[in-house]
Amino acid sequence: MSTPLRIVIAKPGLDGHDRGAKVVARALRDAGHEVIYTGLRRTPEQIVRIVLDEDAGFLGLSSLSGAHAHLFPRTCELLVEAGLGNVVVFGGGIIPAPDHHELYSAGVRAIFGPGTTSSEISGFLEQANHRLGQDELVGCGGDSDWHWTGE
Amino acid sequence: MNISPAETLAAAVRGERLALARSLTLYENGELGGEEISALAQPASEFPVIGITGAPGVGKSCLIDHIVQAWSSAGHHVAVIAVDPTSPITGGALLGDRLRMSTADSADNVYFRSIATRRHGGSVPTVVKGMLAILRAAGWNRCIVETVGAGQGDIRVAAVAERIVLLEAPGRGDGVQAEKAGLVELADLIVVNKADLDGAEKTADEIRQALEVATIPTPTIILTSAITGEGIDEMLDSIESLEFNPHTASARTRECLRAMWEQKLLDHPDFDDLLVEVVAGNLSVEAALEKLTEIDEG
Repeated sequence: MSTPLRIVIAKPGLDGHDRGAKVVARALRDAGHEVIYTGLRRTPEQIVRIVLDEDAGFLGLSSLSGAHAHLFPRTCELLVEAGLGNVVVFGGGIIPAPDHHELYSAGVRAIFGPGTTSSEISGFLEQANHRLGQDELVGCGGDSDWHWTGE
Repeated sequence: MNISPAETLAAAVRGERLALARSLTLYENGELGGEEISALAQPASEFPVIGITGAPGVGKSCLIDHIVQAWSSAGHHVAVIAVDPTSPITGGALLGDRLRMSTADSADNVYFRSIATRRHGGSVPTVVKGMLAILRAAGWNRCIVETVGAGQGDIRVAAVAERIVLLEAPGRGDGVQAEKAGLVELADLIVVNKADLDGAEKTADEIRQALEVATIPTPTIILTSAITGEGIDEMLDSIESLEFNPHTASARTRECLRAMWEQKLLDHPDFDDLLVEVVAGNLSVEAALEKLTEIDEG
């Protein structure tokens, strides 16, 4: 058995909608990964602490409250400050397309909206993990300009 | 950027948090060996590792949150290793113990790590023992292990924890359940949680009566409510002074040996290949075991 990926699924900010985050956590569990779910209403600082202590390589941020444009980049920034720029960050929830570009520039490597299949998220994780294996810096602080476009 | 596992471990012991997190992973994944861990200097007199165990849903995480709050405000360095089960089918796991412990996300003197059972049987994987040694060497002087929901026959917690706190809650069966042998006999403290619910007193009484006739000294029973805070101080006081129980020493050591033997079996380089052979019907379970336990004379 290969070593499972450790993935934190987090709910930043004042947003009580966790159905999506739980479904994703469950799907990633079924794909053979170890998923740490943070619970609701965590601050970016707390999320960074969790990623650090859990030694997670991946972080999924879920937001349906419209605060993603602040919370996602802030989390990426704090990760880099904490020396965790190699952590791969992806996002999901209700995130309008016009906002995507800015999030990608902040270091988010994929954004998944309603209707995303679990196999697509797995595909992204595999692809990101593969790139990491090739020493491509796809973490939130990495200089790669790659982001998931679906395929 | 390439730092060796041994260097990472040394940085962890010096107090670097990132290196500590990494070292625990390296050890869990077998990239740091038992020899490196055994070589770590352990503090001379150390507060015993507290194992918190009990059936699913009795309130282990919520009570641990109270303990962590109390200990961290008292200035201790508190580490928690919380275990959740790995799917035997997919190998994945959902680790959800921290969501009831928000203290763990902010305080600098609290370190919380979620781990999965991976391939191990029982409510705690043996690897936790080495992880605790790393945490202690790095200065985390109060350690708690939260097991997977366990009860009755599952005494694996005895292999890694030095004192066992068994959690119970009302509404989990009649008095005969309390009479049954197993985990309850190894407990150093029994906590009946959810004291705010009907039947908690009755549950405590049943356990008390079941233990009354025991021939060895029996643990204290405390009623708590993680919601109202009732009994929490009493529980904390009690944990502070839990003594080593010589009557359970032999059973604990036996469980430790058993756990380490199982680990050795699972770590065998041919384990996965033999498993495939058995599933395919090319090999009997007995023959596979024979191969796994052959003494390597080379």
